[in-house]
Amino acid sequence: MGLLQFIKSIEPDKKKSPFLHTAYDAFFTFAFTPDTVTKGGVHIRDGMDLKRLMFHVVMALQLCYIFGTYNIGHQHFIAQGEYLGFMDGFHLKLAHGLIKMLPIFIVSNVVGLGIEFISAARKGHAVEEGYLVTGALIPLIMPPDIPLWILAVSIAFAVIIGKEAFGGTGMNIWNIALLSRVFIFFAYPTTISGDQVWVSGFDSLAPGTVADYGWWHTGFFNSIFSSMGLPLFDSAASVVDGYSGATPLTLAYQGGWEQVTSHFSESQMLWGAIPGSIGETSKVLIIIGALFLIVTKVASYRIMFGMILGAIGGTLILNAWGATPFMEVTWYQHFLMGSFLFAMAFMATDPVTASGTNKGKWIYGALIGFIGIIVRVINPAYPEGWMLAILFVNTFSPLIDHFVLEANIKKRLKSA
Amino acid sequence: MRKYHKALLTIVLLSSTQVILSAQSDKGSSGFLFYGLLGVGVLVAMAAIISLADNLLKVEADKVGLDVVKNDIGILPSISNMIAGKTTNKSGDNSFTKLSKGFDIKLVGEAAAEIASTSVTRYAICPTDFHGISPIPKVVVEVGDSVKAGDVLFFDKKVPEIMYTSPVSGEVIEINRGEKRAITEVVILADKTQQFKKFDVPSLVAGKAELAKFLQDSGAWTLFNQRPFDVVPGINDFPRDIFISTFDTAPLAPDNNFVVAGKEAYFQKGLEVLAALTDGEVHLGLNGNAGAKVADAFKNAADVKKHYFAGKHPAGNVGIQIHHIKAIKSGDKVWTLGVQDVITLGKLFAEGIYDASKLIAISGNRVVNPAYVQTYTGAQVGELLAGNIKTDDKKSRIISGDVLSGKQKSTAQYLSFRDDQITVIEEGDEFEMFGWLLPLKPRPSASRTYPNFLFPGFKFEANTNTHGEKRAFVVSGQYEEVLPMDIYPQHLMKAIMANDFEKMEGLGILELTEEDVALCEFVCTSKSPLQKTLREGLDIVQSQG
Repeated sequence: MGLLQFIKSIEPDKKKSPFLHTAYDAFFTFAFTPDTVTKGGVHIRDGMDLKRLMFHVVMALQLCYIFGTYNIGHQHFIAQGEYLGFMDGFHLKLAHGLIKMLPIFIVSNVVGLGIEFISAARKGHAVEEGYLVTGALIPLIMPPDIPLWILAVSIAFAVIIGKEAFGGTGMNIWNIALLSRVFIFFAYPTTISGDQVWVSGFDSLAPGTVADYGWWHTGFFNSIFSSMGLPLFDSAASVVDGYSGATPLTLAYQGGWEQVTSHFSESQMLWGAIPGSIGETSKVLIIIGALFLIVTKVASYRIMFGMILGAIGGTLILNAWGATPFMEVTWYQHFLMGSFLFAMAFMATDPVTASGTNKGKWIYGALIGFIGIIVRVINPAYPEGWMLAILFVNTFSPLIDHFVLEANIKKRLKSA
Repeated sequence: MRKYHKALLTIVLLSSTQVILSAQSDKGSSGFLFYGLLGVGVLVAMAAIISLADNLLKVEADKVGLDVVKNDIGILPSISNMIAGKTTNKSGDNSFTKLSKGFDIKLVGEAAAEIASTSVTRYAICPTDFHGISPIPKVVVEVGDSVKAGDVLFFDKKVPEIMYTSPVSGEVIEINRGEKRAITEVVILADKTQQFKKFDVPSLVAGKAELAKFLQDSGAWTLFNQRPFDVVPGINDFPRDIFISTFDTAPLAPDNNFVVAGKEAYFQKGLEVLAALTDGEVHLGLNGNAGAKVADAFKNAADVKKHYFAGKHPAGNVGIQIHHIKAIKSGDKVWTLGVQDVITLGKLFAEGIYDASKLIAISGNRVVNPAYVQTYTGAQVGELLAGNIKTDDKKSRIISGDVLSGKQKSTAQYLSFRDDQITVIEEGDEFEMFGWLLPLKPRPSASRTYPNFLFPGFKFEANTNTHGEKRAFVVSGQYEEVLPMDIYPQHLMKAIMANDFEKMEGLGILELTEEDVALCEFVCTSKSPLQKTLREGLDIVQSQG
């Protein structure tokens, strides 16, 4: 193992440069499983560790990443009224998607991991793996045009206040990724709500607004594409007449399911070629990711099904009420809109912030589903509820566990 | 049951609001409103009648002294019964319990069903094998003394009535001391032909006190393991019940069917002795897995209650079986024994000698010739394994017991008092490139992120690498998957860490011992030391009362 010896020879001194040592340790343990052996207790250990666990969640997100990146470009050209077919202008859509996506991904991981490394060095801990998943989730729940400095501030807030203040991975009360999003939602609401923000590359979606192309579009990619004889980014392109950029949820809020289907077909919503947060649009790919998590038992199916049941229950009550057109939208139509499935598969199932008992997980999931639907339909300011519902029920998950445990304790005392 | 009613009532209320609301929104049709309200009224009335009848039944049952919860009295089935994971079929004296949770770790190096020859000369009784004994017991022999099997070696100064006796005859050659002069080993060099101290055996009807006196004098009292806390019982602590598991589901565990062969009469005699020591029952746990062989000695055992258990490890752990037969409550004391301890006990009463002979399974992937050996309690590990460990450049770890809850031993140390197995596996002190992601060799894992679950029969070459670093608790529900008990291990561990004495007891710490949570520790993604934590908790509870 010449490589191993070389890498070990460059290990920084822990006392002289704690930050460098922490960073080195994080990358070293990523590349090499340590040689530690069991001592006391069990003599053999399962091959499963936190790195592997987190990695599998990231794997489950990959399809959403690929589709989401491409869909950024697709929506951009839909707004221009060009390349309306999904695969038309493939290279342009992909290039535009990457131009938007990569900075978000890089900022999210540099800021988040940077804070993780610094705080790990200060505490003298090893870097824990929690942020691997958080850093992969955050870009997917952002609008594609999110200003990077806002993103950086929100992540810093979420990681420092939401996690490190509580003691790091495994100790936090609220879901970190949602905390960063809710920070933006309350601090910079115009960047993350309304009709204007879900399609990238334009200052506003008023007809005639010229696309906002930078050097990457017109300089870098156009020179590559022109050398290959492909169509180029047109810096005079503008938003086509009659385009609104509204998401299905906004439409449903305005005029119920009829209003939605007048803009988007059901299969379009199912496959995800609609405007929205980057990773949440394709229901099929999210379901594939969710099934992957369920089969590998990385995420709890109890939370997911509990949430579905809760959402169906909430929808049925609202259907019965039926005061507005939005209330009459049926439950499976609700599943096609917005980020219900994404929140169910990847956000609610965070094991740290969810309930820890199996019975509690059903209750926890059902509460999120129920509250989320109510917020989505009744909240006039913002027609989506999962972020707030999950953070809300996160707060109560220890209480849910408490009742489950008390029941267990009482049962034991009773039969004594 | 009451909860069920609440749920029912909520459903009725919810559906009624739904009907009323939908009726209101649909102002045109007052007929719908009428029928809706009527329907709700009928539903409520029916629910009220059922609920009333159900409660009356329970009141009646309470009057005649029936346990409402246990007997599940009532019209409505309780939800927990409907979704319970275990099914119990009671047929005559035998019960059958199917445990759906658990995990079998299949390893290479199972002991072949044959007895290999061995030449062990040194044996030791180690006071440290007994929980709660004072660190410096009173040793009554000196180096150079010759003893017979059954002669007293030492006793605990706090409980001078209970003797710890020699497993073999020979010469006391060492009394070793460890930290703070604590006595760690009393070593005997065994004679070629064994001499046994002859005891006058009391009759089984002589009464518990006389039996106990005899057992305490002969050293057989130390065979009993008292739960909770895993201690040698106090002199007058007779058990509520006695539990024996006749099968071991731990990795590479010895096959008790093979062990008991030829000693059936002693085993039965031992059971009769045990029955005389408790006012409760002697419970025998038998292997109920499909296709499992059960020796006649177990199947046809008399004077006991038999309980069949089917399931993966830890179904064979006596702690799990106690939980399902009659759980340990606060204040309860029960005894557990191994099959070979029962045989020793039986022989003591049948022939008047303390014969601590044992079949030991020598197993593990570092053993040249995995098989059983005939020896005595406390045999020296190095002599047991002489010439039987693979000699290549890899390091080996010797474990007295199984890989989950055994103790690491050097070749100069001795088999733990209650163990009937030695496992030798490879040390895993090597770096592995991307070992967490793409391991070079297959490794045992309960996680579905490995394809292991597709190959249920595959036997693994395990090593002692931790396969990852220790982390805070992140995953939940993982321990419950492998612990077939109505216990929340993770929350119990947190209660122990928080020193929350009442919660520990409430969450069932008294029902657990290290071997029961060992599998939870194995699967733990965060590599937490659960067995150590549990013992800390047990120590706290024990010291409190």
